Amino acid sequence: MSVSPDQVRHIAKLARIAMSDAELERLVPELNAIIGWVEQLAEVNTDGVEPLTAVIEQKLRLRDDAVTDGNIRDQVLANAPEAQHGFFAVPKVIE
Amino acid sequence: MSLTSKTIAELRDGFRGGDFSAREIAEAYNAAVAAAKLLNAYTVETPDEALAAADIADQARLGGQPLPLSGIPLGIKDLFTTVGVDTTAGSHILQGFKPTYESTVTANLRKAGAGMLGKLNMDEFAMGSSNETSTYGPVISPWRRQGSNVGLTPGGSSGGSAAAVSALIAPGATGTDTGGSIRQPAAFAGICGIKPTYGRCSRWGIVSFASSLDQAGPMARSVRDCAILLEAMAGFDPKDSTSLDLPVPQWEANLSSDLKGKRVGIPKEYRIDSVPAEINALWDQGIEWLKDAGATPVEISLPHTKYALPTYYIIAPAEASSNLARYDGVRYGLREEGVKTLDDMYAATRAAGFGAEVKRRIMIGTYVLSAGFYDAYFTKAQRVRALIKQDFAKAFEQCDVILTPTAPSAAFGIGETTDPLAMYLNDVFAVPASLAGLPAMSVPGGLDGQGLPLGLHLIGNELDEQGVLNAGLAIEERASFTARPEKWW
Repeated sequence: MSVSPDQVRHIAKLARIAMSDAELERLVPELNAIIGWVEQLAEVNTDGVEPLTAVIEQKLRLRDDAVTDGNIRDQVLANAPEAQHGFFAVPKVIE
Repeated sequence: MSLTSKTIAELRDGFRGGDFSAREIAEAYNAAVAAAKLLNAYTVETPDEALAAADIADQARLGGQPLPLSGIPLGIKDLFTTVGVDTTAGSHILQGFKPTYESTVTANLRKAGAGMLGKLNMDEFAMGSSNETSTYGPVISPWRRQGSNVGLTPGGSSGGSAAAVSALIAPGATGTDTGGSIRQPAAFAGICGIKPTYGRCSRWGIVSFASSLDQAGPMARSVRDCAILLEAMAGFDPKDSTSLDLPVPQWEANLSSDLKGKRVGIPKEYRIDSVPAEINALWDQGIEWLKDAGATPVEISLPHTKYALPTYYIIAPAEASSNLARYDGVRYGLREEGVKTLDDMYAATRAAGFGAEVKRRIMIGTYVLSAGFYDAYFTKAQRVRALIKQDFAKAFEQCDVILTPTAPSAAFGIGETTDPLAMYLNDVFAVPASLAGLPAMSVPGGLDGQGLPLGLHLIGNELDEQGVLNAGLAIEERASFTARPEKWW
């Protein structure tokens, strides 16, 4: 399978990365080379093989349903590009 | 011998014995760091933190209560969050990020008494094998080819860590390894580095790349130093859901290079024709060294080896595309202004903040996870990953530890490898153990014809760091690798 410039544009949109046409043009053959290379996995017989989900077998732990942190609003906002009134601020979403 | 040429074990013992103070160690290293800017190994220098920890260490010694790493200043890969000290993962998108929390691994090191010399340069988000993808520019290896002054890569992604340890501007450093990022740079820089079993070191506070693969580990100048550091870094952490709830073994106390009764697996699939003869010759030498230590070599087969890299280059980008979705210009890091809508702000911020390799991997990851392709790529890769894991499980019925070369070449020149696929092939020997979550280590074996270090690679069974360290020690004792780069910086 290979990707077309339109598909790459769609992927860039899904990934939320703005891309110029020149960048897209450059990326198409690069992605196709990588995708073509990983497709060799198709030749591996994986019938009846469960996909690996945990690399080291272990049970997911449960913890008590209790509040373990909080009250650190200023720490949470400390690195925000823009914070207003104790909130993250973003460009206006609704006109 | 100057303080900066001593190993961590020597520094620790000399400090405890009163031969020198922690402050003297910190001052010697701070001066060495400040004088090595040409290497571009540090992104931030924190001499005051090193001195503060040293003063506490000196007090602790006077009080008779030194901690395991009292007096030892370390370099910290820029992937570990450190309170109040810039943590950028080598990326423009995180420039200026000053965490308000500390990674568990660095907190453990501090609790053990260690100080911090600064943050170490790395490939952006740990995506690279040459340190060339860092927003700070590449780290320059302290090593050079004989009779040449061409700048070489220290490897990656933990390239700053490898360069710093080898150039004597850190006695040891933290690294992280997703698909070889501790072991390949350790090999290129003529030092030791171990990636423990997945889950030994908490991932909490380590900037995520591929969560099912990411694992921290130490890089240092001896096997013993790696054991000392790993003991301090490892341990159960309830804040990481994949952290192993197991006691930390006494790896240093149990070091032994007596390998009597041990079987060393030699995987036939790692014998690749395109690999330079010198590397295969060093591998043969390594087998002899382990035999001399009492071990018996056995040929083993890891039949899915050739599929490890393509499997990795589906799984790692898929996880990365998901992990890196958090860089949206809202909560931390860069925000591109001057666009109207929220969606445009996301896209503009990510376009400006990520470098070419990171974008490439996010795009691959987004593609293999997208509707209609998920099963063909991602699920398929997870099935092949299970087969790779099974290969190792079968192999460890026949052997106790596996020996291979660490990398298919010695360090290459900066700018010499421009094709992404060719770059990925650097990790051909390192990636299978990552996919299987196994402990693995690189130990210097010798120099190639151009005077550059080559590493030998040991892979152990799950949780058997001790077996890996012991085999590493046996090689270290026999390789007598004492070469150091001549100072030009």
